[in-house]
Amino acid sequence: MADSNGKPAVDDIALEPYWHAAAQGRLLLKQCGACDKIYYYPRPLCPFCMSDDTNWVEASGDGTIYSWSVQRRADPPYAIAFVTLNEGPTLLSAIVDCDFDALAIDQPVTLSFEEREGRPAPVFRPA
Amino acid sequence: MSISGKAFIAGIYEHPTRKAVGIPIAQIHAEVAHGALEDAGLGLDDVDGYFCAGDAPGLGGLAMADYLGLKARHIDTTETGGSSYIVHVNHAVEAIAAGHCNVALITLAGKPRTGGAQPGRAPMAVQPPDAAFEAPFNPTVLNIYAMCAQRHMYEFGTTAEQLAWIKVAASTHAQHNPHAMLRNVVTVEEVVNSPIVADPLHRLDCCVISDGGGALVVVSPDIAAKLNRPHVRVLGTGEAIKHMRGGDVDITYSAGVWSAERAFEEAGIKREDIKYVSLYDSFTITVLMQIEDIGFCAKGRGGRFVADGNLIAGEGRLPFNTDGGGLCNNHPGNRGGMTKVIEAVRQLRGEAHPAVQVANCDLALAHGTGGLLGTRHGSATVIMERV
Repeated sequence: MADSNGKPAVDDIALEPYWHAAAQGRLLLKQCGACDKIYYYPRPLCPFCMSDDTNWVEASGDGTIYSWSVQRRADPPYAIAFVTLNEGPTLLSAIVDCDFDALAIDQPVTLSFEEREGRPAPVFRPA
Repeated sequence: MSISGKAFIAGIYEHPTRKAVGIPIAQIHAEVAHGALEDAGLGLDDVDGYFCAGDAPGLGGLAMADYLGLKARHIDTTETGGSSYIVHVNHAVEAIAAGHCNVALITLAGKPRTGGAQPGRAPMAVQPPDAAFEAPFNPTVLNIYAMCAQRHMYEFGTTAEQLAWIKVAASTHAQHNPHAMLRNVVTVEEVVNSPIVADPLHRLDCCVISDGGGALVVVSPDIAAKLNRPHVRVLGTGEAIKHMRGGDVDITYSAGVWSAERAFEEAGIKREDIKYVSLYDSFTITVLMQIEDIGFCAKGRGGRFVADGNLIAGEGRLPFNTDGGGLCNNHPGNRGGMTKVIEAVRQLRGEAHPAVQVANCDLALAHGTGGLLGTRHGSATVIMERV
């Protein structure tokens, strides 16, 4: 999709900072200025109190596996996980560059980015 | 306002097909509608309320009302995935209690086996807001439910063998159902030795993929009194949604905690009064978590509760899914809520297969989890009484 000037159409203006940071290998979370909660995935209105006073905060990239599963019959098999970030929120992601048989809940993992579906996607690898 | 006792389930029908080659979804809706109305002793002109969900083609209620020739004055197309039809029972009772309709028809049909639909996924015209942040990691029905099992095992020491007992119980029941897709009785060893499909779930921890459908007719007390059918009264209902909560994730429990509490409060009965349960069995872990969340045992004790045949009719304390359930019988449209209500009504009528009919079955519960247990789902509970 492109506008009449030939520039790429923006499909979600509020999330531009997120994708810009992701392209630089940084994961942004949202923090609410009214209730202080940090949340993910990002959206402009806080899902805890509906305040529109929400700000971007950068994740350290460190976290632990909350739960995981390996899709064994996929070709190739892949690991999916809920990762709890040190900042608090738990997000759905992938564990890459790992020994599937060594994955464990509470295992420390660290952030990296991979291009998926044409966009930078935050994935994790064993720390 | 309590809806307790203000409507009856008068008609049920489960489509016998498991593989509907050459039969479109709309026709299956019509066949199950016809079957349930015939079961109730009612006709097309009696229907004044219509309920369907995302499995219905086109604009759902509009397309199906047109195809069926309905003259409905009340319509509800609530969509909570596979639990939708239990929600529809709840909403039908509310609508009848409020005087908005007297004869509510609820239909489901689906063809994931022959229609090429992706299991567990309704076609979505607009991407949900989570898609950009989750879809790149290939979440599936399988691995999302599997992560619930993984966490449950970690927190509570639940074992693969305990989960396997749920499949063993379902297969023990399915052997008596001539329509069931899987009629072989399996053992715990066979379940845990079947291939891992998504850690820690094995192939035999998963439900079948089948075509089919079902329908229900819910009526007012006045109409129920005129019908020559067993009286199955709705005593209590509940529904609730649970989601990712902005990243405050806890996948060890479902929204069933809230839907069941409300249903029991409305019904005014205790957990131990329930003689039979239909539980959505997309996977064995779904059953185990629902048993805990409904309150048949404490959180974390589900593994011990389901072990050693406790869910088998005639053997255990809590007979479940006596038709074989989604694990062995069918899972029309990848949506198990409809068949859960149907088998519970059969039990209350005394129309279950004699080998699995629960003696003096006067109180039954049907419960479903729609959507994805580990991310966002809708739970629904209905408690029914034979009077």
